[in-house]
Amino acid sequence: MWPIQPPDHVDAVDYIAQTRDSYAQLGYDAYRWAEHPDAPALNAPVELAGARVGLVASGGIYQIGQVAFHHADDTGHRLIPTDVDVADLRISHFAYDTTDAKADPNVVFPIDALRTLEAEGVIGELAPRAVTFMGGIYSQRRVREELIPAVEAEMREMEVDVVLLVPV
Amino acid sequence: MGLIARHLESIGFVTTSLSSAWSITASANPPRAAFHDAPLGHTSGPPHTPAAQLAITRAALGLVEVPTDRPVILPLRQAWPLAPEHVWKAEARALADHRTPRHDTPQYERPGDAERTD
Repeated sequence: MWPIQPPDHVDAVDYIAQTRDSYAQLGYDAYRWAEHPDAPALNAPVELAGARVGLVASGGIYQIGQVAFHHADDTGHRLIPTDVDVADLRISHFAYDTTDAKADPNVVFPIDALRTLEAEGVIGELAPRAVTFMGGIYSQRRVREELIPAVEAEMREMEVDVVLLVPV
Repeated sequence: MGLIARHLESIGFVTTSLSSAWSITASANPPRAAFHDAPLGHTSGPPHTPAAQLAITRAALGLVEVPTDRPVILPLRQAWPLAPEHVWKAEARALADHRTPRHDTPQYERPGDAERTD
């Protein structure tokens, strides 16, 4: 049951193994990925056409005028208006190749797609603000105590029904 | 991100995720995810491909309309168009450390962004 394995036709890169081997080669302690063998909560399905959808993305996205992320366990978040001009989005992240994200932030922040889905009536409504942060936070305790309450508060305030999460 | 999805679902939100890292997502075990098999940094699609980005985002969202009594990771059909699969996966599997130094001051994408902060 846990962890879910990819089907035979999917040759997924195993980044957990890759990181373990890479860290060992560098002489670092093994990175501790989140492990949750226990089943998650699973709520009843919802109709997208009537749902308010919130976007949460960890690619280090900020908007011109906002303070950029720093790269040492930054648990802060930014609120991006979902009517933002994509040309005003910026990327700051230490742990992935941001070349394409800087050229087109939609690769880690699918804002144009969500606006299209809203215009087409596929989703009822896009929540007014997206929540962004910089992943790569090494402390799961700090994620639980600092980041998760902030994301929860924003989703509650906007009364979203569905949350789309986009990691990198 | 899986921790956040699990928490939000536990308090009543219906959550769905995108992922390009199957093992990391499976380990964190969020309620629902769509797997886009692509180099990291392109979770919601290749650059400047609105149709592909739309299809990928739509597929992830569609998971919330399907009843399930167990967590699901749905492999998407979109193949990475910018390099042969064996090439980009060989690069991804190489034991290279691509991380940049970790500064504790804001790291702006472009010179001048700092002066424009509110």
